[in-house]
Amino acid sequence: MAPWNVNDQKIPQSRLALFSYISAAFVVFLLVGFWKLQVVQSEHYADLADKNGIRPIAIIAPRGAMLDREGRVLVDSYPSFSILLLRDNPKLLEKSLPQIEDGLGISKEDLQQQLDAAKLEPKFLPVIVKPAASEADIAFVESHRADLPVLELMMVQRRRYPLGEMLASAIGYVGEISPQELEKNPDRYRPGDIVGKAGLEKEYNDQIVGTDGMRRVVVNSVGKVIRTLDNIDAVPGKPIQLTIDEDLQRVAEADFTNKEGALVAMDARTGEILAMVSRPTFDPNDFAVRIPAQEWAALNSDPNTPLLNRAIQAQLAPGSVFKIVMATAMLESKALPATYTVYCPGYATFYGRLFHCDHAHGEVNLHKGIVASCDVYFYNVGKQLGIDRISHYATSLGLGRRTGVDLPGEEPGLIPSEEWVERVYHHKWYPGSTISVSIGQGAVMVTPIQLARMITAVASGGTLIPPHLLKDANGLTAEHFPLSDDTVQQLTDAMWGVVNEPDGTTSETVKLQNIDFSGKTGTAQTESFELQNKLGKHLKENGWFIGIAPRRNPEIVVAALVQGAGWGSSVAPIVRDVVKAYYDKKTGHLPQVSTADNIPPSPGAAPAAPASESQQP
Amino acid sequence: MKEHSSIQDIDWTLLGIVGAISAIGVLEIYSSTHASAMAGMQWKQLMWIGIGLVGMALISRIDYHTLLDQAPALYMFGVISLLVVLVIGYSRLGAKRWISIGGIANLQVSEIMKLIIIIVLARFFAEVHTDRVTLADLFKIGVLTLIPVVLILKQPDLGTAMVLVPVAVVGAFLAGIEWKHLIVGVVLIGLLIPLAWNMRRHLKPYQQQRIETFLHPEQDQRGAGYQILQSEIAVGSGGFWGKGFGKGSQNQLGFVPVRYSHFILAALAEEQGFIGVCIVLLLYLGLILRLVDNAQKAKDRAGMYVVMGVTAILGFHVLVNASMVIGYMPVTGIPLPLMSYGGSATAFVFLALGLVMNVRMRRFVN
Repeated sequence: MAPWNVNDQKIPQSRLALFSYISAAFVVFLLVGFWKLQVVQSEHYADLADKNGIRPIAIIAPRGAMLDREGRVLVDSYPSFSILLLRDNPKLLEKSLPQIEDGLGISKEDLQQQLDAAKLEPKFLPVIVKPAASEADIAFVESHRADLPVLELMMVQRRRYPLGEMLASAIGYVGEISPQELEKNPDRYRPGDIVGKAGLEKEYNDQIVGTDGMRRVVVNSVGKVIRTLDNIDAVPGKPIQLTIDEDLQRVAEADFTNKEGALVAMDARTGEILAMVSRPTFDPNDFAVRIPAQEWAALNSDPNTPLLNRAIQAQLAPGSVFKIVMATAMLESKALPATYTVYCPGYATFYGRLFHCDHAHGEVNLHKGIVASCDVYFYNVGKQLGIDRISHYATSLGLGRRTGVDLPGEEPGLIPSEEWVERVYHHKWYPGSTISVSIGQGAVMVTPIQLARMITAVASGGTLIPPHLLKDANGLTAEHFPLSDDTVQQLTDAMWGVVNEPDGTTSETVKLQNIDFSGKTGTAQTESFELQNKLGKHLKENGWFIGIAPRRNPEIVVAALVQGAGWGSSVAPIVRDVVKAYYDKKTGHLPQVSTADNIPPSPGAAPAAPASESQQP
Repeated sequence: MKEHSSIQDIDWTLLGIVGAISAIGVLEIYSSTHASAMAGMQWKQLMWIGIGLVGMALISRIDYHTLLDQAPALYMFGVISLLVVLVIGYSRLGAKRWISIGGIANLQVSEIMKLIIIIVLARFFAEVHTDRVTLADLFKIGVLTLIPVVLILKQPDLGTAMVLVPVAVVGAFLAGIEWKHLIVGVVLIGLLIPLAWNMRRHLKPYQQQRIETFLHPEQDQRGAGYQILQSEIAVGSGGFWGKGFGKGSQNQLGFVPVRYSHFILAALAEEQGFIGVCIVLLLYLGLILRLVDNAQKAKDRAGMYVVMGVTAILGFHVLVNASMVIGYMPVTGIPLPLMSYGGSATAFVFLALGLVMNVRMRRFVN
């Protein structure tokens, strides 16, 4: 026996017994711990277990389409796939990144940047690495289900604008709901929802938005879907029909190539907007997928303000178009006799200041004053009417206030008055200012849609139609500012003369055969002569033309603005083209315009019918 | 000395308890893995149990006195092995603790060290011929224990390193530690643990993360706290009666981390409820009481120390593992003996029980 093993001691029985008691105490301690979790807090943890394994997945409802007045698709939605990257398992994720970079063609930096941006978010929220997956991308994800479990496909509904930039300003665009909008409607929307952000998409969002469905699925710890528990189908949004006529829109858009400005064509009897152009503009398809921050910043800070809808938001001096308001005021107020004449030597002096005219028109009556657009004639008319009378008639004819068109963000413009100048500038009205106002300059600011409505009102005895874009709009009422038949006859004959008489401002260049086409030109300085002299350069004038046909109780009115056009007479052909297209269509000749090539390709496995197929007779 | 031992000398009660725990473990491993890519794991575990039984039989054959005679050599072998692992060991899951033997099985050297420390400390305490452990003795025990502890910590494997300590503590207690030493020791530990814990909170986040990673390097893939939370959810949602065999969502969907191994008790708690946990923990208590019974009946103090060394390690495993599962302790790599899947760990338990059998078979021998 080894010397160490001298068995000279008894087994310490009491200490061993103590050890047993301590062991039993520990087991009791552990059982108490399990009791607390499994019996006392059992429900709480059962709830957490459900949340863990059951994930609700929204089934996005497609937004309703927008159709033109003949049922042709202007905007629709199509299903598309986004590729999600699950981040639950960082080790697996890290390992998969190089393969994902290759397979989906995403640069390493891009991918890392997206992951970094999502770092602070809960790990179970995936990152969208490809918002609009191509067919090849989808095939890649499908074929690598086994070895790249971190990739997942999600079906989304995307907006498609087959017309591209055409009508873009009126249609608007969609985007992710903002925190402010979310706060206003917390029950209705969830973060990440797509809502209308501008134009008709915003105005009629509630009508075209669908109700999202919900699918509850069982997911495992890396977020893979194991099975579906239940399913509530999405209810697609209802389509809306617009008053727009795609044919007229195409004609108008074609005439605005490389121009800056706006156009509104309306049914002069109902206020239905047939075409609406604003240039420069944007392609709403860019917003349908995630718009890169840079591109958005560029659109927003572009000095040419492509996001502005100039047809309702450009507030500019109307120039000589305003003479129609002056003539109406003169005839209706009877402050001057209808036979009032003025001699025009090409200029006139008021309150010690020289005011110009284009030509020395000689002896000018009201008809000639409008047809040849003589400034001197209207300087005199304005001086005798006074600012408040001018302001009254302008406002009554719908200028300087919103028309109520069903688009967000319409601007009111401005018609100056004594009251206005005292309120804003705290001084009395300078009578000299009335002279500028008389030819639609000075403080006068209007929008194209206001002018279209004003000219229509004058030509139809004082009915101010309600402009609108929704075909089935109800509750619309026209305003009435009755004008005497005499006034209407004189003014419409004068506007006919602008187009059809040899000394008209359009020099007979836009005459239309068999069509009773009339209108009024306007040429407005963008800055005063004084400022232009100071700047040492001549800024090009804005050109206006408001055309109607027929001359009395017109069917169609078209207001066009070309910024920097120089002369209103150069804008008249655009209006003529639209009016002609309108009549051509009426008589069965569809206008021929090249079709837009801006339709986005239908990506992914999405069944997307080409726009042409969805046209209806 | 009697050279053979009869079949009646085998502790059938102990084996019955061990068999019951192992069977529950194998079933739960099956439940946790059958629907996953790891299906079939229960067969490997059964194989390890078989190997363990053979090892147990073999080790019970060699007289434990012979093993204790070789204590210094075994200790040297163990320490050198740990050094070798640190230098050339094959790294798995970020920690070096495996030696590849013949390219077949990977042996965790630290498991062998557990057996060795039992034998070495039993030998040491057997040489304390009084009922009073002196401060010098305590110092020697400390050094003997801390050398392998530090080496295992270096791998790094905090769990296994910690497991060696209770062998020394229980041994010292049985050998007759002086009350003043015990009190000082308890007070010191009582002061150091909360101090260390609080220091940790004052560290910068990245430093805390490092400590977290140090504490459980192989598992920290999803952020601190995630595993514990998932384990607690599994346990809590199991309720009193459990969700049923193969029906625990936390377990089946893989939310419970390493559910077939370190967190097998969470998987069981979810599927078998508080009732199942009671049965398992009472089985473990029965195992420990039965081991203590064997110690009480040991022929000599050396035998008692061997049995109690085994008891200390197994008891510590159960305590730390179960505490971790219910969130009372941080995640460490300490498996639940006989239930957690794992070759080396299972083999160790059976070899350790072989030592117990060894002592028991020789209780009547002179």
